[in-house]
Amino acid sequence: MTDTIRNTADGDRDHSPISPFRRSWFKLKRNKVALFGGFLILLYILTALLAPVLFPGNPSAPNLIMALETPSLKHPLGTDELGRSILGRIIYGSRVSLSIAIGVVSVGLFIGVPLGLISGYYGGKTDFILQRITDTLLAFPGFLLALGLVAVLGVGLKNAMVSIGIAMIPLYIRLVRGCTLAVREEIYVEAAKAVGTRDTVILLRHILPNVMVPITVQTSLSMGMGILFAAGLGFLGIGVQPPTPEWGTMLGSGRSYLFHAPHVATFPGIAIFLAVLGFNLLGDGLRDALDPRFKL
Amino acid sequence: MFQYVIKRLLSIIPVLFGISLLLFFMLRALPGDPAQVLAGQMATPEDIEHIRHQLGLDKPVYIQYAVFLGQLAKFDLGRSARTQNPVIQEIWARLPNTILLAVVAITLACLFGIPAGIISATRPYTFLDYLVTAAALFGISMPVFWLGLMLVIVFSVILPWLPAGGTGSWKHVILPSITLTAFVVAFIARMTRSSMLEVLSQDYTTTARSKGLKEKVVVIKHALKNALIPIITVVGLQFGMLLGGAVLTETVFAWPGVGRLIVDSILARDYPVIQGTILIFGLIYTLVNLMVDVIYAFVDPRIRYD
Repeated sequence: MTDTIRNTADGDRDHSPISPFRRSWFKLKRNKVALFGGFLILLYILTALLAPVLFPGNPSAPNLIMALETPSLKHPLGTDELGRSILGRIIYGSRVSLSIAIGVVSVGLFIGVPLGLISGYYGGKTDFILQRITDTLLAFPGFLLALGLVAVLGVGLKNAMVSIGIAMIPLYIRLVRGCTLAVREEIYVEAAKAVGTRDTVILLRHILPNVMVPITVQTSLSMGMGILFAAGLGFLGIGVQPPTPEWGTMLGSGRSYLFHAPHVATFPGIAIFLAVLGFNLLGDGLRDALDPRFKL
Repeated sequence: MFQYVIKRLLSIIPVLFGISLLLFFMLRALPGDPAQVLAGQMATPEDIEHIRHQLGLDKPVYIQYAVFLGQLAKFDLGRSARTQNPVIQEIWARLPNTILLAVVAITLACLFGIPAGIISATRPYTFLDYLVTAAALFGISMPVFWLGLMLVIVFSVILPWLPAGGTGSWKHVILPSITLTAFVVAFIARMTRSSMLEVLSQDYTTTARSKGLKEKVVVIKHALKNALIPIITVVGLQFGMLLGGAVLTETVFAWPGVGRLIVDSILARDYPVIQGTILIFGLIYTLVNLMVDVIYAFVDPRIRYD
């Protein structure tokens, strides 16, 4: 009986048409590297959520007697210049970095996607003006744009998030506009127009779902980029300010102790690297799984 | 061709106009009074009034912008609030250092990245291919400043072979340029691989092979030539990324370049210098993109810009 059911299920998978979502999921499941990326991200999310359980106590409370200790049983990754556990600060740092990643992507998504849709769908003057603004923003390498914005907005977590988010907006506008231009010409959009559907409904119901694939891929990659940029700003001393545990800021302060206590700068970097790697692997895997033009 | 270059040159005018507007409003968007910010904490009201007059802040906004544009046209970017030197002079003194690192890095990145991508594409799904792909992904995910610090730990602390920072000899150039190279080589290798993979599956490659040409000739003469366009795009874009990466690398290695100047000015709230350096980087990036477009036309005779 069980065999029959299994056979039917297998048969379904092989021969009958399946939904694009399921097909993508199958592809993604087969892509071990992308799954590893997803696993890394999940690990970071769990660490962020369970931070108080994993590291009881205040990760920012100084304990000068223990300053710059090398890794030991009590402090598996050693301590920093103020005697704080590096492991504890990395654990709590995952909360900061993940919030930045979410914040950055939200700014990019909520501003960039609608503008891209409008620019691609309406064309004409709106498109022209929006594209010139995008050109201007893209005239700066992303990190430099974020840096310039921080200079205006000032240092700190929220400003770093907004600055990096704004630097992401032109990427989303360009991407969504390009896809919208193609989808706009589809017969179903024309049909919706012909029956008098309102533009907002066409944009949200017919165009947006069809440009979701590149947006999803871009979002995963942008999260990695957001973490990297935020760590860069923190490293330069113009991002998240101490004593908030942020990986880039930790690296920046570890720089002064490279000769005596190299572990201070080493471990936060590994934390950044694995988080960004996770988002990049997942982003690449999603692109392969979701993009129907790419056959495995 | 000449017409195309002129056309492309003209097309960057709106971008430059946009950059100037952005920079103009950047200073005006500062919380509080820009004159107060420029004068610093210790300034007397007379000082502030003097700066306000000097900057023309007592005039209407459109006149201020016109004056600003006039100054830009003459490459007059004002004076540094810290050193009182002209901003252009501050940038000019450091720009060669930044360009040196960028050029060494992009050259090394092409020398390693393009062959790595070709090897990867000509032996797809083999150990070598996986190695290159994994190394490229690692490179993209690695924080460049962390890599710099790790290089210092290995080559300056553990093995005291190379200086940890500063300038003066060719030895000083090695670590910063390796750091910057690692930042971009991954993108170039990835793009070369995917572009080559696509070209290698084309009919003309099969034709070249069936004519009995040597594999080397097929790959270099037939495939690579056709795969070059996306690779050039990425190299151009990476040059811009290098400018962003320079900010971090120059900080790690205390390298006296424009990137370090930006960070120092942000920390010191030296706005004229921030404005000037960002303008110069934007300008360089735009010009590099223009050059990339022009190179296209040389590489690919099918591209006709009419």
